[in-house]
Amino acid sequence: MRTLLKIEDLHVSYGAVRAIKGISLEVNDGELVSLIGANGAGKTTTLHTISGLVPAESGSITLDGTDLRKIAPNKIIEIGLAHVPEGRHVFARMTVEENLAMGAYIVRDKAKIKRQLERVYAHFPRLAERSRQLAGTLSGGEQQMLAMGRALMTEPKMLLLDEPSMGLSPILVKEIFSMIKTLHSDGITILLVEQNAKMALSISDRAYVLETGLISMSGKAQDLLHDDKVRRAYLGA
Amino acid sequence: MGEFLQTLFVGLRLGSVYALIALGYTMVYGIIRLINFAHGDFIMVGGYTLIFTVPLMTAAGMPAWMAVIIAILVCALVGVGVELIAYRPVRKKGTNMTALITAIAMSLFLENLAQAIPAIGPNPMVAGTFFESGGFRVAGVTLDYTTIYTIAVSAVVMLLLYVFTQKTKMGRAMRCVSEDKSAAILMGISVNKTVLTTFAIGSGLAAVAALMYIAQYPSVYTTIGSLLGLKAFVAAVVGGIGIVPGAMLGGLVIGLVESFSTAYISSSLTDTFVFLILIIVLLIKPAGILGKNVGEKV
Repeated sequence: MRTLLKIEDLHVSYGAVRAIKGISLEVNDGELVSLIGANGAGKTTTLHTISGLVPAESGSITLDGTDLRKIAPNKIIEIGLAHVPEGRHVFARMTVEENLAMGAYIVRDKAKIKRQLERVYAHFPRLAERSRQLAGTLSGGEQQMLAMGRALMTEPKMLLLDEPSMGLSPILVKEIFSMIKTLHSDGITILLVEQNAKMALSISDRAYVLETGLISMSGKAQDLLHDDKVRRAYLGA
Repeated sequence: MGEFLQTLFVGLRLGSVYALIALGYTMVYGIIRLINFAHGDFIMVGGYTLIFTVPLMTAAGMPAWMAVIIAILVCALVGVGVELIAYRPVRKKGTNMTALITAIAMSLFLENLAQAIPAIGPNPMVAGTFFESGGFRVAGVTLDYTTIYTIAVSAVVMLLLYVFTQKTKMGRAMRCVSEDKSAAILMGISVNKTVLTTFAIGSGLAAVAALMYIAQYPSVYTTIGSLLGLKAFVAAVVGGIGIVPGAMLGGLVIGLVESFSTAYISSSLTDTFVFLILIIVLLIKPAGILGKNVGEKV
């Protein structure tokens, strides 16, 4: 299997606070890997560092061999990495369709944009129904679908998903996770950050457990799901 | 009736000028949350550029108002320069307060720089005429061409701006950056480029406002932008700062308040009423007339 994303000995600090203290992880082509851990463990920071929103202090991050640390944050999308941020960050004052069009900001080919729009609508029929509605008036679950659909507009090689289940009702959480599973089976490589460890592990191939800036455990998602330590710490069992 | 109409048109003319200037404040505020106190001084830059380039235009056999094209370019360059040299470095290292103080400093710097230039100096300079005198009579009042052109040009410019922000890629990028900077970056938008474009457009609009203003009041001096800029800023706040249609509406409101209070109450209290309106609007709608939070569900 080919390694798509590779992080080696990554360190990140906010001023004097060391958020990430030397982590290494890999995501292979076509894999769904989750990064679980408690609040403040550094999960979101890790994703922000991958997409360049937060600068790394040291270490390396490569996507398909390309050094991401040498690429401007707004150019990351151009090499096929899309990031769905925590809290969705949809453009509230724009319509659903305008949001999706912004997702294809770097795409010049109008026919491709149209094709992608149709694919996204096929994936998320709810978005098609609400295409003219302002994104700020959507429900949390719909905003999450919009954020994911927007990230898919460039046909990225890899998706970074940050807390997709945050603030959603149990039914919607299930719905969102089954959508993530579908994206995965369509062949998109995904790095998923979740507090809902049980759900994340149940759909992932592999997982890493992040604890105060360090990776404490890693392995097959199924194994972690049945690991006593993980169960006690993150699955409430 | 005649007086009412006359006052209405004066108000619309003044309001159009305020709206054009208010757009510059509101666009920059929308995108980097900075009140660009130097924006009023871009009007001064535009005014002097017009004074010095009109003779060139007439010498070349062109109409005087064509000088506004050069003024737009000069103002856009000054706006971009101020952002690059002063604001961007401060934004990177400092806080919002440092940026605000830098803006005040840039304002004073531009005014004093103008005075220090021998060709300008401390005394007001008089501009020639830009539009033909006269006008036509409607319902018993004479509408002069300057008023008609000012209202018409502002309306067209604002319409173009609206189309630009809604339909073009750069315009949409501007809306995205103003709404959510980090999400905009993730879409592949270059924030720096977008901010520069915003400064260029906002400052260019100030040049158009300068033309319209000095076509009516042909005296240009180094502090011409102080009160004019302040009132336009009030207009932007009244309409809802950061919101493009808000600046247009706020400009018209301030212009009309000015003209009607001058005509019907007292010309010496005009500015009082402008600020009174500001206080009233802020008491009733703190975010401005069009300012409201979009209901964001989580």
